[in-house]
Amino acid sequence: MTDHGRERLDVRIDSPGREGLAGTTPANMYRPLQEAEQVTIAPDWRPMEDQPAWRNDFPIDWPQDHYVERRDFMKFMVLTSAAFTMGQLWIGVQNWYRKRTAQPPVQRIASVDEVAVGGSIGFTYPNEFEPCLLVRLTTSEFVAFGQKCTHLSCAVIPRPTEGSFHCPCHEGRFDLRTGVPTAGPPRRPLTRIVLELRGQDIFAVGVEERT
Amino acid sequence: MPKPDYLHFFIDPNRCIGCQACVQACTECDTHRGESMIHLEFIDRAHSVQTVPVVCMHCEQPTCAEVCPADAIKRTGDGVVQSARKPRCIACGNCVIACPFGVPEVYEDRQIMMKCDMCYDRTSVGKKPMCATVCPSQALFFGTREEVEQLRPMSTPVNRFQFGRQTISTRVFMMLPSDTVTQRPYVDVTAAMSEQPRERAITLTPVENADPFAEVEL
Repeated sequence: MTDHGRERLDVRIDSPGREGLAGTTPANMYRPLQEAEQVTIAPDWRPMEDQPAWRNDFPIDWPQDHYVERRDFMKFMVLTSAAFTMGQLWIGVQNWYRKRTAQPPVQRIASVDEVAVGGSIGFTYPNEFEPCLLVRLTTSEFVAFGQKCTHLSCAVIPRPTEGSFHCPCHEGRFDLRTGVPTAGPPRRPLTRIVLELRGQDIFAVGVEERT
Repeated sequence: MPKPDYLHFFIDPNRCIGCQACVQACTECDTHRGESMIHLEFIDRAHSVQTVPVVCMHCEQPTCAEVCPADAIKRTGDGVVQSARKPRCIACGNCVIACPFGVPEVYEDRQIMMKCDMCYDRTSVGKKPMCATVCPSQALFFGTREEVEQLRPMSTPVNRFQFGRQTISTRVFMMLPSDTVTQRPYVDVTAAMSEQPRERAITLTPVENADPFAEVEL
């Protein structure tokens, strides 16, 4: 029986070095194996150079299928970073346009007498889909914020006794005076409505989106 | 870790006794969820009880992978054609129609093709596939070429199959009587299927004083 110049495998399960073979054979059991680079033989038995290009693009063999060329990797890196750069530029352009758009028209909310100290009234500004709250903190102090919680747009409820807006959906809290988040999931402050006092009437004159 | 390249799978159909042990052993394995990947086929059920175990032959030109539209059937560097990749397989059944040996099966309930992968979890660490461990007549034999030469002196392993104009070489060997192989070193499957029994007949000469279950001296 020829040996073909390699170490013969002893198949007896109790031979030295093979104790505990009930599990898996230790990896150093066999001589190191070289992974075959190209094992595919095309169905027409011609060499791979004579094969159509798609056969190289869709290889059957795992090593070729997983192989990533340096050029492909570089292409991926360049295109991905280019996409991120374009995205940043797009955000910048959007911000620039948003700043240039005019503030919404001035709208009368209420007269000073209609809101008690510590009380609040709701209104919509700049359109009917944007509910807002006007809160009278003291005799002379008014604040107004958009009612949409910055977490998931639930309607916040003012709690002047606690000095906060409360969002019942996820127990979010915002400061009553500034609108900054103090507890819960929200991370951005509420949209501030810029107010103006003209005589005895309170007017909304602008919207301040904050981050 | 790849399958050791000096261990091969040898199928000796004329030793098959149809006991279904391979099917049961394959069914018990968890890696393909209780389905048997080995098929035990009757050759000519009307006239004979002869059966043949059908495992994946692991073609060097895998037709199943050639026809796969989803690129799901891949072969590892050691020449083992693996079962369909789960994220890619669309269970279209092209491989089932294309495979000349009739090995792959589509499981509609789990939307995947599963086929024999020569028990890759076992063979890649040098163990025998499940079916080869249980086969009582060793019609399914997994080992070195030297072992099989010693065990089957009248047979020669053949790994070329002719399907009409398609020639396929495989990683799994079929044991054929040596005198047949000297005439024709491949299996002409379509000729064997033809109704005229011109090339079908294979004569077996019994070996004198041979112990069929003799252990190989290593």
